Amino acid sequence: MSEYYLLRHRSVPNIDQLDVYLADGGFEAYKKAVKTMQPVDVYNEVKSSGLRGRGGAGFPTGMKWYFLPNTVWPHYVTANADESEPGTFKDREIMESNPFQFLEGLMLASYAVQANLSYVYLRGEFWELGKFLDQKIAELEKAGLLGDNVLGTSYALHLHTHLGAGAYICGEESALLESLEGNLGQPRLRPPFPAVVGLYSKPTVINNVETLTNVPLIVRNGAGWYRQFGTEKSPGLKIFCLSGRVNNPGNYELPLGTTFRQLIYDYGGGIIDGKKIKAIMSAGASSVIVPADDKALDCPMEYESTQQLLGAPLGSASVIVLDETVNVGWLVGKTTHFFKHESCGKCTPCREGTFWMEHIARRIVSGSGTQADIDLLKDVARQIQGKCLCPLGEFSVMAVLSGIDKFRVDFEALVNK
Amino acid sequence: MNAILQKYPEEVRQILAKYPDAYRKSAVMPLLYLAQREQNYLTRQSIADVAEITGLSMTDVEAVVGFYTLFHEKPGGRYRLQVCTDLPCAMRGAEEFLEKLCQNIGIKVGETTPDGLFTVEEVTCLAGCHRAPMMQLQAEGNITYHENLTVESTMALVEGLRKKAQEESR
Repeated sequence: MSEYYLLRHRSVPNIDQLDVYLADGGFEAYKKAVKTMQPVDVYNEVKSSGLRGRGGAGFPTGMKWYFLPNTVWPHYVTANADESEPGTFKDREIMESNPFQFLEGLMLASYAVQANLSYVYLRGEFWELGKFLDQKIAELEKAGLLGDNVLGTSYALHLHTHLGAGAYICGEESALLESLEGNLGQPRLRPPFPAVVGLYSKPTVINNVETLTNVPLIVRNGAGWYRQFGTEKSPGLKIFCLSGRVNNPGNYELPLGTTFRQLIYDYGGGIIDGKKIKAIMSAGASSVIVPADDKALDCPMEYESTQQLLGAPLGSASVIVLDETVNVGWLVGKTTHFFKHESCGKCTPCREGTFWMEHIARRIVSGSGTQADIDLLKDVARQIQGKCLCPLGEFSVMAVLSGIDKFRVDFEALVNK
Repeated sequence: MNAILQKYPEEVRQILAKYPDAYRKSAVMPLLYLAQREQNYLTRQSIADVAEITGLSMTDVEAVVGFYTLFHEKPGGRYRLQVCTDLPCAMRGAEEFLEKLCQNIGIKVGETTPDGLFTVEEVTCLAGCHRAPMMQLQAEGNITYHENLTVESTMALVEGLRKKAQEESR
């Protein structure tokens, strides 16, 4: 791509400085919205753009805002900056290097639902980034873009950062709200959804950082302009996080619909040491393991195609690449350890199931497992499926079931040592 | 007298100002970070202090401390080296890196050096998969990222910190 829209710092140096951002058209969308647009016009524009949530679920963003009832006040907006899925590191780059475009998106979302108080929930590890954003927010207050009278109007908006403290589950939106309220980060039973009963029991929008970073582009240039990128059902640009056994891991801003082959070979420089590619995980550690045949490599990366052609959700587009040197049994040892560590403990199938999956996987990887352990691992995974409040339990079995299904020989090689 | 309030009155005020008056307990995590700043772990007294400021019971605060990995109930090193060995990092040599780092420092994962300066810990994904091997350093009330590491560059960092600590204690 010659021009970057989300990773704008790669096109415009020093865009993290307010004067540079303003000179490059920054906050024009926000000024236009606050001064000339009704809140309903802002979310209609976003709805028409077809923007879908970039945190993993792909839910239409405009719809999410539309669900807030206008009979209950105040409304809140929370940016989900808890980026914790193994293989995901895009929100971090946006916030580190293009912070104002993200904050402008959060401010536009706040205006659209008429929230006067909004939060950025960052994972605790993003400690330095939290301090950095605090400075940027202070600059916006000084410039009159935040405060009791935004741009001299009667609209009031205040932003604050809030740091988590190391819990993957807080990326799940209802757990995030629990954490922000000072509780354990455990998901809530839904319905009611956060749009109706959210932060402090009030209507709340929770959007991913990358999602919000798209919003100023849409409001400034219009939904029609935005739809020139991507496909009809998955319009727009997306940041793909490429990691694993590739030569050039990193973030790649590309239109939705780009194929895995293009990402891995044209942009990512191919496989380390010219080895043979073995499999792809399209949505971080939560994804199914897809054998990297031609069908998979030529599959367009957008919300519908990956699901329909490969049975794998695109999720947050965290593409982890496995080459022939990676044993899938070993990999499952890693993912089960992760989910056991991150299970919040609320639902028994997930709490106990991830414990046992890790235990059995470890036995297999250590070489003391048997053939029966492979089936036992699969059996435990099946008992977690569909039985938990939030997607974590569901995510924890994806690599296990698809791994045993497609690469059983790798597990057998470990138990027959 | 509440030691956190006494020591950090301005910080406490700023933290509480972030949340609506009726929801003081939202401040529990930022206050715990503040309480942990000096010793890199939480004493029972500091937990009681946070409970008092937020209006929570000690049990509730202890539950929060136990749930989140960045709060520590037991003393560790002044510098906690937290190395990511999750899937993407492990595919880029993080496990070998951790093993060699431990050998060089002379402790096992989870242990603290006899001088009380360093604890090495193994952690899950830190969103730095493209710059593996990588780790975060939790120390002195801060968390900093260190990426694209080699054992040599990390040992240089460790030696630098050790020297700094020795000079301070002189």
